[in-house]
Amino acid sequence: MSHDAALGVPAHSGHAAPGGPPDEPPAPRRRRTPAAPYLLLVPALVALVAGLAYPVGKQIVMSVQKFGLEQQFGQAPTFVGLDNFVRVFTDDALWAVVARSIAFCLVNAFLTVVIGFAFALLMRAVATPVRLMLQVCLLLAWAMPMVAGVTVFKWLFDYRTGVVNWLLVQLGFDSFAGYSWLSQPFTFFLVATIIIVWMSVPFVALSMYAGLTAVPEEVLEASRIDGANGRQQFWHILMPMVRPVLSIVLLLQIIWDLRVFAQIRLLQDAGAPVSETNLLGNFIYELGMSRQDFGGAAAVSIFVLLLTVALSWPYVRSLMKEDA
Amino acid sequence: MSAVAPVRTPHVRASAVAAKKHAPRAGRRRVRSFALGTLGVLASLLWVFPVYWMVLSAFTPAAYLRATTPQFLPLHATAVNFRRVLEGGSFTAALGMSVAITLLTVVLVLAFAFLGALAISRWKFRGRTSFVLAVLFIQMLPAEGLFIAQYKMLSGAHLLDSVIGVTVLYTAAIIPFTIWMLRGFVAGVPAELEEAAMVDGLSRTQAFLRITFPLLAPGLVASGVYAFLQAWNEFTIALVALNSNQTLPLWLRNFLSASANRGVDWGQVMAASTLIAIPVIVFFLFVQGRMTSGLVSGAVKG
Repeated sequence: MSHDAALGVPAHSGHAAPGGPPDEPPAPRRRRTPAAPYLLLVPALVALVAGLAYPVGKQIVMSVQKFGLEQQFGQAPTFVGLDNFVRVFTDDALWAVVARSIAFCLVNAFLTVVIGFAFALLMRAVATPVRLMLQVCLLLAWAMPMVAGVTVFKWLFDYRTGVVNWLLVQLGFDSFAGYSWLSQPFTFFLVATIIIVWMSVPFVALSMYAGLTAVPEEVLEASRIDGANGRQQFWHILMPMVRPVLSIVLLLQIIWDLRVFAQIRLLQDAGAPVSETNLLGNFIYELGMSRQDFGGAAAVSIFVLLLTVALSWPYVRSLMKEDA
Repeated sequence: MSAVAPVRTPHVRASAVAAKKHAPRAGRRRVRSFALGTLGVLASLLWVFPVYWMVLSAFTPAAYLRATTPQFLPLHATAVNFRRVLEGGSFTAALGMSVAITLLTVVLVLAFAFLGALAISRWKFRGRTSFVLAVLFIQMLPAEGLFIAQYKMLSGAHLLDSVIGVTVLYTAAIIPFTIWMLRGFVAGVPAELEEAAMVDGLSRTQAFLRITFPLLAPGLVASGVYAFLQAWNEFTIALVALNSNQTLPLWLRNFLSASANRGVDWGQVMAASTLIAIPVIVFFLFVQGRMTSGLVSGAVKG
């Protein structure tokens, strides 16, 4: 579609450019670049520069400046070269956070994609009423605002009257009576993982289901006639055909799970040990907003941005393919 | 379909087995489909339970929520939690802030992104590919990697704790995906339609307003809802850029922290969460199909 429209326009460039004389015959070889598209882009560009490009530039400047005690009393920051990078990146605290973030990201992305794919296969296998029920329930979970979702989970995992502890006690695990999930780093991340997976599975499941329905029924029918069993159909037909969707969805989950910040921040409110539960975003927040070390925070931020851009490259390429 | 080829070998064996054990196989299949159906229902209930629990707790009196055995059915429904949340006045103030920021953001995003989408889908011009590439990369930038600089920028411009400051950041963050989404809609309306109308005597502006614009209305609505959801739910930038003038997500967090000192009143917290979630759920169901396909379109089309 987009391909047709993009090709269609140059042939009619006479009226595509409102400023130009409409009777001029279109000359495909030496056509003037019209001014109209540039004018149309101006508002969006201004907004992007004001809200994103300028901060990116400012961040680069901040990362080579010193923000110490004098700066808190109104002095202009001083240029210190790469001191901030050296200081932050030789600190073991940062590497602990980086390792924790990567581990958390990979575990969450992997769990989300596996469970989401399983749900998609389940939707394909069950009768229509069950499928619709599953779709509606997933959509409701997906639609929940993030802050409301985290708040509900805090209530579910409440140490005194939460449903989870009650259920575990009913099942015979008496040690969970009054168990405080959020005050130990391990159980803290367990709860965080449950929340993130719960929030992210619907997107994966519904995307993968859309991908699975694109596999023509005739192909599966033909393989069944040829005697393929369910497992063979899965590995030799479904998997190769949904692999593009699967890899994009996995990539998006990795990118999104690497930037988890708000959920952790909200869970920390319940009294978790902050330094042991920080992920990259939280580390930056603490460095900048709490300790006023804007130079160090900017240096770590640049690292996060570069990491994101590197990870995003294959995704952006797949989207560009559609733009043709 | 070369993928089918490796399946060929077990063909003979499989059909022979099928002929011998025909009856037990049908029975096993029924058991299997029953098991899968049960699994599907259980998975649905598990996934929707937190949403159900939020709404249920919101309508349950505090005394029952504090009981050692939870109530799983709305046997004592009451609206008292909602009344308590609303009577404080702080909810209404946060609602006002959220509505102001969200509306302003939606209007700006729609106007700017629509013009941008027109430019990239109706014209070929130098720099077009770089622009599209930049837009796609920008939408991937995490707020978590930029909020320190954004905070310093707003504090330098004296725009911290203001509607304008947050709106500037939200607009920039939401525009890229919206341009991408609208581009698809604009490209979906063939330029030939407009030309046909112009042959019939309409001016270019008339043709655009009477032919193309109505066809783009669904796309604009979907993009507007997307922008609404993003601005309404946003937490990270609001946390950094706002202080006393809180939006609803920030307000909910403080409401919970404030009540934590004297033992959390979960009924009120859940009532507040429900109030924030309802408009989101309604609007979300409206656009979700578009969002799924927008995010993975490149992969699906191959």
